[in-house]
This record gives sequence, structure tokens and C-alpha cells, in this order.
Amino acid sequence: MVRVLYFAWLRERMGCAEEQLEIPPGVATVGDLAAWLRARNAKGEAAFAELSTVRAAVNQVFALPPAPFADGDEVAFFPPVTGG
Amino acid sequence: MTPFIRVQMQRIDVSAELARLTAGQTGVGGIGSFIGFVRDDPACPLQSLSLEHYPGMTEAAMTQIATEAAGRWPLLGCTLIHRVGRLVPGDDIVLVLAASPHRQAALDATGFLIDWLKTRAPFWKQERFVDGTERWVEARLADDEAASRW
Repeated sequence: MVRVLYFAWLRERMGCAEEQLEIPPGVATVGDLAAWLRARNAKGEAAFAELSTVRAAVNQVFALPPAPFADGDEVAFFPPVTGG
Repeated sequence: MTPFIRVQMQRIDVSAELARLTAGQTGVGGIGSFIGFVRDDPACPLQSLSLEHYPGMTEAAMTQIATEAAGRWPLLGCTLIHRVGRLVPGDDIVLVLAASPHRQAALDATGFLIDWLKTRAPFWKQERFVDGTERWVEARLADDEAASRW
């Protein structure tokens, strides 16, 4: 199982802040996971339609699309940050 | 140097934070400071600003930014406090303090800390306008450019 978190407008479009997901074989990187979530349902399509505006973290460290993740990891998706 | 990092809902007490930063220190020659506020726009009146963050990752990222600053300038201490929740125009959002024996290091470190905080710590702002509409604030290229000059 992988804990997947969503923040800001990704959370709104996914309709939840987090979910525990069983990830199918072959989905091994952050980019794979984004593509799989997009194809999974209409909410995913809405949230991940503009991948250039989606950022990610694996286990609370910023990660680029080629970054791998494993069972038990925490993967988060969010827009570019706007604090300060 | 151990940075003081905090994410909080309540207003920032700048006097108390200055006292905390300098307590027991006699080698501080200067403290650089930056205080960010919620800014209204007369052309598009803002009702409130909601700040969301990624608990855990936020504090880790803020600590990492402070550690990076300490590696670049001779800091005797630094403070990073960021508010979350619902804020209104005029409210403070963020406080950055950097203490050093010399002013240039204190001022430069302060500029670095706020520039990196804006681009490398997981916070998101949503604006709610007086007319009832809402909008997630988009990241600005100028902020990335400001952060990359360091």
C-alpha cells in the first residue's frame, strides 16, 4: 500500500486529502503514479490534466517524475508552492 | 546554530521572537528581519487569505533552508515562523530573523531565507475576494528567479 496525499487544488479536484492505494505492477515512479491516477477516474483526469503544474514529494522530500517509490512510502501531489 | 522553526495559527509576536533569538547571546552585531503581510488590492478587494501546508514536510523543509543559510553565512541564530489558516488583509504571514556578528551577513541571509521559503517550503495560498470568488494563488516566475540568484 502507498499513502497518497493531495494538497490545494489537487485535493479539491480529487475530492479527498489522502488515500491508501494498492498500486498495480509497472507503476514505479512518481510520473507513472500521476499518469495512473489521471487514467483511473474523472477526478484524476481533472486533477492531473495539466501535469506541468503538478509537483510531488516522496516521503516528504520534493521528487521529480522519474523518482521511484516503493510499497509503504508516502507520495504527495500538489501545485507549485506559494508561501512566504 | 539551532534555528527556531514554527508553523502557527496565531499572530506573530515580533518582540518576543527578537528576545528569544538574542537571549544569552552577546556576539550578535545585527539581526536582519523580514515580515510578510497579507496585502489588499484596491482593484480586486480581498476578503481573506487561507494558507494550507504539508505538516511534517513543511517543518523539515524550513529546517533544511535554515541549515543551508547557516552554511553560507556566519549566523548566531535564525527564526522562521509561518502562519497557516485564515488571514485577512493587514495580518502578518511570515517572520524571518537572521542574527550574525555583522550586518551584511544578517541582511543577505534574511534575503536568502525568505526567497527560499517562498519557493521551497510546501505552503499554498487561496484568496477569497469580497465578491465571493476564490482563487488559488499561482507561483510566480519572479519568485523562482529571486530564489535562484543565491
